[in-house]
Amino acid sequence: MKSAVIVFPGTNRERDIQRALSLVSHSKVVPVWHAETDLPSNTDLVVLAGGFSYGDYLRCGAIAARAKIMDSVRAHAERGGLVLGICNGFQILCEAGLLPGVLVRNAKLRFVCREVNLRVERADTPFTKAYRKGELLRIPVAHGEGNYTADEETIRRLESEGRVAFRYARSDGEIDETDGPNGAINGIAGIYSESHNVLGMMPHPENYIEPEIGPIDGRGLFESLAAALKAA
Amino acid sequence: MNLIPNTPNITPELVAEHGLKPEEYQRFVELIGREPSVTELGIVSAMWNEHCSYKSSKVWLRTLPTKGACVIQGPGENAGVVDIGDGLAAVFKMESHNHPSFIEPYQGAATGVGGILRDVFTMGARPVAALNALRFGDCHHPRTRHLVAGVVAGIGGYGNSFGVPTVGGAVGFHERYNGNILVNAMAVGLARTDEIFYAAASGVGRAIVYLGSKTGRDGIHGATMASAEFGEGAEEKRPTVQVGDPFAEKLLLEACLEIMKAGCVVSIQDMGAAGLTCSAVEMGAKGDLGIELNLDAVPCRETGMTAYEMMLSESQERMLMVLAPGKEEEAEAIFRKWGLDFAIIGHTTDTLRFVVKHKGVVEADLPIKELGDEAPEYYRPFVESEPRKVLKPSDVSDAVSVPDALDKLIMSPDLCSKRWIWEQYDHLIQGNTVQKPGGDAAVVRVEDGPKALALTSDVTPRYCEADPFEGGKQAVAEAWRNLTAVGAIPLAVTDNLNFGNPERPEIMGQFVGCVKGIGAACEALDFPVVSGNVSLYNETNGKAILPTPTIGGVGLVEDLHKSMTLGFKAAGEAIYVVGKTEGWLGASAYLQTVCDREEGAPPPVDLVAEKRNGDFVRSLIRDEVVTAVHDVSDGGLLVAIAEMAMAGELGASLDKPASIPAHAFWFGEDQARYVIVAAHGEGPDIVRRAEAAGVPLLKLGKTGGDRILLPGERSISVEGLRDRNETWLPIYMGASS
Repeated sequence: MKSAVIVFPGTNRERDIQRALSLVSHSKVVPVWHAETDLPSNTDLVVLAGGFSYGDYLRCGAIAARAKIMDSVRAHAERGGLVLGICNGFQILCEAGLLPGVLVRNAKLRFVCREVNLRVERADTPFTKAYRKGELLRIPVAHGEGNYTADEETIRRLESEGRVAFRYARSDGEIDETDGPNGAINGIAGIYSESHNVLGMMPHPENYIEPEIGPIDGRGLFESLAAALKAA
Repeated sequence: MNLIPNTPNITPELVAEHGLKPEEYQRFVELIGREPSVTELGIVSAMWNEHCSYKSSKVWLRTLPTKGACVIQGPGENAGVVDIGDGLAAVFKMESHNHPSFIEPYQGAATGVGGILRDVFTMGARPVAALNALRFGDCHHPRTRHLVAGVVAGIGGYGNSFGVPTVGGAVGFHERYNGNILVNAMAVGLARTDEIFYAAASGVGRAIVYLGSKTGRDGIHGATMASAEFGEGAEEKRPTVQVGDPFAEKLLLEACLEIMKAGCVVSIQDMGAAGLTCSAVEMGAKGDLGIELNLDAVPCRETGMTAYEMMLSESQERMLMVLAPGKEEEAEAIFRKWGLDFAIIGHTTDTLRFVVKHKGVVEADLPIKELGDEAPEYYRPFVESEPRKVLKPSDVSDAVSVPDALDKLIMSPDLCSKRWIWEQYDHLIQGNTVQKPGGDAAVVRVEDGPKALALTSDVTPRYCEADPFEGGKQAVAEAWRNLTAVGAIPLAVTDNLNFGNPERPEIMGQFVGCVKGIGAACEALDFPVVSGNVSLYNETNGKAILPTPTIGGVGLVEDLHKSMTLGFKAAGEAIYVVGKTEGWLGASAYLQTVCDREEGAPPPVDLVAEKRNGDFVRSLIRDEVVTAVHDVSDGGLLVAIAEMAMAGELGASLDKPASIPAHAFWFGEDQARYVIVAAHGEGPDIVRRAEAAGVPLLKLGKTGGDRILLPGERSISVEGLRDRNETWLPIYMGASS
């Protein structure tokens, strides 16, 4: 397995994701500078890591979405290649048109870093096969703009096409929008592209992979990727 | 000398506006043998102000113990450096940004964080953790909410974007901070012991390179502003506050570490207070070299900037470096890749002069040593604080029931949960946060482990006010204790000394007392001071803050799997208090919060007992015979136990000796104490070990249930306590903001 982690100026969780990919997925990891035009040959997985690309001084992800490397990322996704965007990476994928909708400021207008309950909506994608459908994961969020929203038609399509990947849930597994970390519509924490090969999510599974640090519920995502790419 | 004629002329008013006393100006004129240019006046005002020169504090700072087996670099550099084994070093410092944060809380706090991060990565270390210590005015003061919201957002805004986890801190409120809040920011980095970079320039004729963001007109005279009291209209000083750009800082970090790795750097200094002036003078003075700058090459954000403005700008995210010969091109390419400015703006000389040229004119030509490390020093007159009366338990009312008093304490601004604050800080980034905020000390894994750093920041200002010497000791002892409580070996401290106007003998007396206390405790606990910062003139209209010498402590956890936490783990385990409980209520949180009285002598700190009890607790943690440990501080035993119960979501049934009145036993603040919980079956052995070590140990009861049961009192629901403890701050911040 070979993963390309795209580094924009202001990306700051690239080391965290590299650690998770090599430790859990046993992947070869290549950092790719935003000004490059091509992905390394035989890239299996492209990751857009968390951070504040270009300072997020404009709309989050808006500048990064137009970086040189993004044409290759788009082509990789169109070929059916796997793309994972976490936090700022999710914002960039939305801005780049690889995923629908947008992440706006948290409903309470404050940055929030805390552990949340994440409900796995389906366990049959390359990202989630190691989980069970409906399983509750303890995963942290750390963002100021993670409030997912889209027009009614888009939400209806995402829901009916099974494209919601994860939702913020209460400890009993129920969804309560007002109780989530950011006010996202239907508690949406992550979504897939139409063919489920692109995943964007706000929470940080890469920070919960080692028992020394906390829960290890983030491992499943990296185990799923390794298994999916081995099978493929 | 081809100096430009001065417009305006140097008048006594202009000298005063620059914050120089007439006698200081006279000293300067005698030093250079002529009237200075306006640029020179600006330069000397920047170098000789309190913030940069430490002129009131230096004679006392010299008395602090700064050496120890682990110390690689003590005070005087950008940050202190201690050896943590395996070829690695922890690099850390704390610094204040008090004055700017009061004027503009978001940017003031943000640039405080930016400045301290820069101090750490200037030494070649990658920042791995940030902490802070904040003091705000009375919670009923109309400005307080605004300042809390702004400062917290500013700290988060900078640290989160830069990508360093903010893992700990201290927050307190008191009316004495109504006119001067305190924002003390600490950063900790990791470097290889053989790859540490210093400020002292070396080699004559070497290129001096300017790196980072462009220079603008922001922050001119920031350091001078921070060296004076506030009067009416402090808000009008807003233009002296800089604006932070964490994005630029993150790029600067990566670019600096990259060119250091490439072997391009001889010496490096960040541009902090007094910007280009201070960084260039320090590089030259420390390296016994002269510096010549050509300002025509300085990258500017605005047109028409004068030499005076360029020399005094405090624009953020800038660095000055001396490059290794022949490495200019390689260094420039790295900086261009990161989109940062790179310009050769001068060179080192053998003249020991600081020469500044602009548009072909010599704007300044000054002796560099006298500006820098030989700046004026004062031995200011001081009077020691009057000792306060020792209060007996019978001098303090026990009219409020113990459960009600506990409620008041855990819902007080000082002791309530600070979750509302630390959830706005990314405390998990980098994936190494073993213990997040809310415990005695944060624990951050070092690389792949098993080592970890333990980090804390502490001070009890009401003790320092009551008795500066004991208060100074206590601040150090508490930091040492907090590190011990998580199982760490305390290594060294950084201090951030916040006081009022040192020209007032009673304030200077507080300063001297606290420094002596800090020195005594650091000596006794083998806990040297390796870096620090002094912030004086925290005073508005003659009203000073409480003396607040913040201590940032760093310790080493040998094996993070054995690091200890404070929450109760299992029912039926025995709870003990280590250390002697006499019921000291003078200057206590109980007296302040429950009785509304601020008086009495603070608890004395017995440093021998501190060391003995702490070493005992650490050995229990190392031998894995305890399941929870918490230091006893504000609010005494019962608050400590309540915090352990809330963290573990588990109750306890407790007893007390008849000899001490209930309020004094449960809420007294005797020092050198810890609450420990023995692992099942380990109690008798722990008792034997305590006897052998001469450590006082008293059994308090055992864990279990969902309530705290006290003899002769109504029972207390842990869940109810937790609710009240957690909700005070969100409700307070949510109200009318």
